[in-house]
Amino acid sequence: MRGLLGALILLLGSCLLPAPAQAAPVRIGSKQFTESVILGELALAGAREAGVQAVHRRELGGTRILWRALLDGEIDAYPEYTGTLTQELLQGLPANADIASLRARLKPLGIGITDSLGFSDTYAIGMRDEVAARLGIADISDLRRHPALRFGFSNEFMDRGDGWPGLRQRYGLPQTNVSGLDHALSYRAVASGAVDAIDLYSTDAEIPYYHLRTLRDDRQYFPRYEAVYLYRLALEQSAPAFVGALHKLAGSIDEDAMRAMNARVKLRGVKENVVVADFLGIHAHDQGGGVAAQLLQRSVEHLRLVAISLGLAILLAVPLGILAARRRRLGQWLIGLTGILQTVPSLAMFVFMIPLLGIGTWPAIAALFPYSLLPIVRNTHAGLVGIAPELRESAAALGLPPGVRLRRVELPLATRSILAGIKTAAVINVGTATLAALIGAGGYGQPILTGIRLDDVGLILQGAVPAAVLALLVQGLFELVERRLTPRGLRLEARQ
Amino acid sequence: MSTAEAAGGIAFALVQAGKRYGRLQALGQVSLAFAAGTTTALIGSSGSGKSTALRLLLGLEWPDHGHVEIDGRPLQRADVLPLRRRVGYVIQDGGLFPHLTALGNLALLPRYLGWSRERIRQRAEQLAALTHLPAGVLERYPAELSGGQRQRVALMRALMADPDALLLDEPLGALDPVVRHELQDELKQIFDQLGKTVIVVTHDLAEAAWFAERLVLLRQGAVLQDGTLQDLRERPADAFVSRFVAAQRRLPEAP
Repeated sequence: MRGLLGALILLLGSCLLPAPAQAAPVRIGSKQFTESVILGELALAGAREAGVQAVHRRELGGTRILWRALLDGEIDAYPEYTGTLTQELLQGLPANADIASLRARLKPLGIGITDSLGFSDTYAIGMRDEVAARLGIADISDLRRHPALRFGFSNEFMDRGDGWPGLRQRYGLPQTNVSGLDHALSYRAVASGAVDAIDLYSTDAEIPYYHLRTLRDDRQYFPRYEAVYLYRLALEQSAPAFVGALHKLAGSIDEDAMRAMNARVKLRGVKENVVVADFLGIHAHDQGGGVAAQLLQRSVEHLRLVAISLGLAILLAVPLGILAARRRRLGQWLIGLTGILQTVPSLAMFVFMIPLLGIGTWPAIAALFPYSLLPIVRNTHAGLVGIAPELRESAAALGLPPGVRLRRVELPLATRSILAGIKTAAVINVGTATLAALIGAGGYGQPILTGIRLDDVGLILQGAVPAAVLALLVQGLFELVERRLTPRGLRLEARQ
Repeated sequence: MSTAEAAGGIAFALVQAGKRYGRLQALGQVSLAFAAGTTTALIGSSGSGKSTALRLLLGLEWPDHGHVEIDGRPLQRADVLPLRRRVGYVIQDGGLFPHLTALGNLALLPRYLGWSRERIRQRAEQLAALTHLPAGVLERYPAELSGGQRQRVALMRALMADPDALLLDEPLGALDPVVRHELQDELKQIFDQLGKTVIVVTHDLAEAAWFAERLVLLRQGAVLQDGTLQDLRERPADAFVSRFVAAQRRLPEAP
């Protein structure tokens, strides 16, 4: 058991602790779609031009995550849309409220808002042009005549008040074949004919590329979605130059310019920072090294997530497993409880951590941690309970106190089972940690996320392959550890 | 062994002790005294309660009725660990810990008691001589030992800290007849030499009579007869005693 502890300490020690925060640069967030990332990069470039230290936490997730992170002060600014504010985030405002009234509503929350950046990115419903032409569909109202059409909507659009439920009601749409899709995948779905209509944003680069027709919103259902920056009002004191830079960007991008930038990133694979630099007429800020350096950095981030969350889980789960083995009734509760934790979808767990702990490495570790508990608690419990009664009684009959019995007899006899549990937890952990990129913790999930957004298989593989390799390495490493730590006598016994 | 070691012993007693496992009355209000320095054999078929009696004496189980007395004083929970350190306990297949070598098994309690490595080794070698365990076996793991060697090591483990009493639960039950016979001789010698309180549980009447003068025959959790082999043979308490004695004597005559 001392060996096991040593290995654990080694594991913890070998992973670098998160670097301490530097002199508090301004933190810009962006949502998990290209336009938001570009606008995030734009704010970053603007900040740098104004001589303000800033970082861009890209692709943090959906509206709720960004909004909450801003309210909690986890980020300082992010690009948002007026329609989202009126429909989703603030209550009791008319759908087309102007920016002045939004500004008044946001002020008590400590949030500031710029004027429109110059374009509106409203929701629209799109169909393949040829299909729409064949069926004679030009307006959303026309959809009523074709109840068999299949809709594929982004998950956000499916759920939000100004999305599908309201649209169906306003137009009295009869369609029942409606499925949720990731927005980045929905264009492929409609292009391949898997669905007939999708939700889209009016500035999406793919609209001309895939020959889509955007249906006319003849009943004015969709509110205007003027692009703006939201920022924490405290910045007006702490970083006035940054706030000035954000306001300077207002009115500078029209719809065509935005669609062109989206197209360059999404369809031609140009990096966001380059596109933004070209737009501003400045030199692109270099973004961290070549592929090897990036891989190394992601590996460090990923390993750090796995090692710390797993290490903490071992420290808690082994004692819990011992407790569960000692007290049968309590043990059933404990194992049930860790089992329930296991059933929480990991994506939900990551999002759940944001209001509690914010975004970044530690919230990600906190979200990963519960998933490592169950296999370790259960295997520790099983290993201890599975010890032959006559052995347990022999240890008791020697007159050794319970603590010595546990250390010298019971835990060594359960070593193999405990290590198997840790191994299972580690392998699961390596996979789940790819989701950590969603809340700004980096790791192999980052290229996967960007790859899904840009529909770039190569980029997805840059995350998926190292993650798979790491899972195999971890498995191999633990098998080695298992062989080293399993007492020789037990291996001999197993061979008989 | 010197006669100095022969001094002492522990007086055990069950006082109206009863133990139930669910519906099974394993032991029903039995009173039995075992004087210090004497050897007693508990005999009976399986399920007669003889192992339960032994486990009660060590505090491995607690009676639901009556109590246990150690040297005339009722056994309290707080006294259990010190008591067990004064008693050597051996079970049928030894109960050796598979993750430790023979020596590691022997060293468990002494190490806890703070003995030096040297002292542990000396004591182990002394006991190896007593139990006729070949040299070199101490470094092996239980999985590498024969059945007889395993029982010898288990006995050595029970004797390491020089206990005042030995409780043996079918110590030879899992051995083949030749090894068993050999170990019966050795055990008898050891019992006689050490002069400790010995309680040995067996279902074999011949073995019981070989070890002890006093035989206690149990059946279904009750004492049927408490006496010598001669008592059992000539003055059986009831028909079952006669049947038990007869069943054990079914040795074929030599042609």
